[in-house]
Amino acid sequence: MATFKDFRNNVKPNWCPGCGDFSIQAAIQRAAANCGLTPEELAVISGIGCSGRISGYIHAYGLHGIHGRALPIAQGVKLANRDLTVIASGGDGDGFAIGMGHTIHAIRRNINMTYVVMDNQIYGLTKGQTSPRSAEGFVTKSTPKGSIESTLSPLELALSAGATFVAQSFSSDIKQLTALIEEGIKHEGFSIINVFSPCVTFNKVNTYEWFKENIVNLDTFPEYDPSNRIHAMTKLMETGGLLTGLIYQDKNRRSYENQISGFRETPLAEQDLALSEEQFDQLLAEFK
Amino acid sequence: MINQLSWKIGGQQGEGVESTDRIFSTALNRLGYYLYGYRHFSSRIKGGHTNNKIRISIDPIRSISDDLDILVAFDQESIDLNAHELRPGGVVVADTKFTPTVPEDCDIRLFSVPITAIAEELGTSLMKNMVASGASWALLGLPLDVFNRAVEEEFGRKGPAVVEKNVEAVKRGADYVLELAGGPLDDFKLLPADGKQKLFMIGNDAIGLGAVAAGCRLMSAYPITPASEIMEYLIKQLPKFGGTVVQTEDEIAAVTMAIGSNYAGVRTMTASAGPGLSLMMEGIGLAGMTETPVVIVDTQRGGPSTGLPTKQEQSDINAMIHGTHGEIPKIILAPSSIEECFYDTIEAFNLSEKYQVPVILVTDLQLSLGKQSCEPLDFNRIVIDRGSLVQEAPEREDKALFPRYAFTENGVSPRVLPGQKNGIHHVTGVEHDETGRPSESAENRKKMMDKRLGKLDSLVVRDPILAQALYETPDVLIIGMGSTGGTIDQARELLENDGLTTNHLTIRLLHPFPADEVRPYVEKARHVIVVENNATAQLAGLLKLHVGHAEKISSVLKYDGNPFLPSIIYNECKHICTLSKELV
Repeated sequence: MATFKDFRNNVKPNWCPGCGDFSIQAAIQRAAANCGLTPEELAVISGIGCSGRISGYIHAYGLHGIHGRALPIAQGVKLANRDLTVIASGGDGDGFAIGMGHTIHAIRRNINMTYVVMDNQIYGLTKGQTSPRSAEGFVTKSTPKGSIESTLSPLELALSAGATFVAQSFSSDIKQLTALIEEGIKHEGFSIINVFSPCVTFNKVNTYEWFKENIVNLDTFPEYDPSNRIHAMTKLMETGGLLTGLIYQDKNRRSYENQISGFRETPLAEQDLALSEEQFDQLLAEFK
Repeated sequence: MINQLSWKIGGQQGEGVESTDRIFSTALNRLGYYLYGYRHFSSRIKGGHTNNKIRISIDPIRSISDDLDILVAFDQESIDLNAHELRPGGVVVADTKFTPTVPEDCDIRLFSVPITAIAEELGTSLMKNMVASGASWALLGLPLDVFNRAVEEEFGRKGPAVVEKNVEAVKRGADYVLELAGGPLDDFKLLPADGKQKLFMIGNDAIGLGAVAAGCRLMSAYPITPASEIMEYLIKQLPKFGGTVVQTEDEIAAVTMAIGSNYAGVRTMTASAGPGLSLMMEGIGLAGMTETPVVIVDTQRGGPSTGLPTKQEQSDINAMIHGTHGEIPKIILAPSSIEECFYDTIEAFNLSEKYQVPVILVTDLQLSLGKQSCEPLDFNRIVIDRGSLVQEAPEREDKALFPRYAFTENGVSPRVLPGQKNGIHHVTGVEHDETGRPSESAENRKKMMDKRLGKLDSLVVRDPILAQALYETPDVLIIGMGSTGGTIDQARELLENDGLTTNHLTIRLLHPFPADEVRPYVEKARHVIVVENNATAQLAGLLKLHVGHAEKISSVLKYDGNPFLPSIIYNECKHICTLSKELV
């Protein structure tokens, strides 16, 4: 059986020392191994930005696409080969700014895959501009007098869009994060996991210490029921979105692939493409 | 007896023009006539003048005609807007209800039939299209039983009572007009057709059918005129073959989802028109850079911006070729007939996988939506060539990556699919090395660019141009693409009557431009006239750029939203030839 080491490669990430993304990469590798996958069975599709490089740092099939489009590419991969485990990953700019349209609709579509957002509340690779996740008043190169736009609450949005698996974690809590990614992979449908991943270079406000002080961890509330969408929404609002753990899961809704009529169990990529002459004649009949 | 005629029905959108046209043309198809249809419609659902024109012939036809023989009018506006097309002695069948009038100075026969009154007498004014079409069918002296069978098929699912009523409406319309005219009109009698039923479809159907035959099993697309029928066709057919269509949130998702599933091994297409194509550009660049096959259909319509969404234009040529930033190899195929829409779609998928490049299949609104007779489609010409797909990758040591972008003689590298053993590699839109790992090495960059762009050096495309070239040194060489071919041929007949010799080239491979194939024809012609539906002579520009001889290249352009008529091309070509004679 594969271990997390099998998912490692020899590429040295170009992330800054101390970046939260390192732990997220490790958690994905551990979760994949814990799910009993082999590297060939995993496809990691990522967007653009510091975090977008992650698909190149994991020994698995990987595609590093264009900014904001990791989700449509990943959904295409999953529809083509439903036997693959597909993880899409990218930053908060990638998923909640340029790619927000895709995020909402990927949630609605509910294809069986996992989306791990590496949320540092800032644009890192372009050297420090505001992101939709930046707090109001947050001073960056693009908001020298502080951001005057409201902060996006991605998981509240996810819940309203009909998400079937909503979780959040913190890159320092690798145990919780690994477990959540595992759960996400096992979940039938689309799982979104937002991960606070401090940017040690450009974000001097939302630091490791800041998160440690402010996060409310659902693991410390054993009575919390993640099947209740109203409670999930309330809890998110109460904590200003600084809630970690499994926030919501709907185990009843079936995935998109399992609802498509005629969509076969065998991956499409493995099916025979040739038509028989009889099938072709049947296709022509409607044009006579 | 005549060998062809043109029939048109006009009214308000939503008034049954479409269904009447459908029944009328289905019946004609059953009799074996060749048909070519044109839809004039607006970007709205109800209201607004709309008309459908069908050209009917005992011989193959590929264009609409200048004139019109019969006009069926549901309102006065339809007469006012279309009567000028009627030939001398032409006929208008109109509803008595609006007291129709025809222009006095024209030689037009008006048959005023109480269309609405008869329909209402039979129970509902909805049936007025059946009364009207029955009347016009009867004037042609065509067998009513064939028409009734088409009516049965249209209304069969609504039950026998509805069918019976509609058949009665047809009969009443026919009886009324025959009494008025004293029997079928002698000068409207069509020679019998060969009786062999043809395939009858729109270009978008042929593309959808081609896609299924090519093994396309997924489509991701966003609705847009005039491309949506491709999606609608595949929504109907793909589930029968285990596949599906995803209606995406936008065209960016459409193209990137298609790239994702092609990467994972499924032939996937998307289809759109100009606005969608613009949104897809970055994605097309990703496909080019990552050498991922993908097929994109662009059904051109009037631009720019929202432009004329329901009208004819061929103005995306430069956008398709130059739209993507940076430099990638891509192939653009331009079918010019309904049959080619089918075969070229299959070839688009094969070329895309063989050269691992994005392929754009480009049509225009008239080719995509004009319903027309189609020659039998040959099952034996359906060939699926998936290019260099590796079945079993050799074992690799120490997690060494599969060299997905290996430098090879022709630049095309063996391809493995996600899920395969020993095939792990990286894919990125960042410049990369042979295993797909990002690389900024200047040496690698140059080699990779040359590899990708060089793939098309060995490109082999069947018939990059279609030549009708009887003459060694013609007076005029007319060059066009897409739906204009049939109209050009009709104009050529008129030019030949005037003693001008003409050759005709259709550009089928728009990019890379088949300069070597086109050049000899250009060199030997006295005049070269490029006919295209845009304002800036984009096709002529390509010709000048790649072939030269700008001094003898002229353009005939039309960008008012309507397709060319033979007379327009004829007159302008004649004008160009005369003008140059004067100069000499």
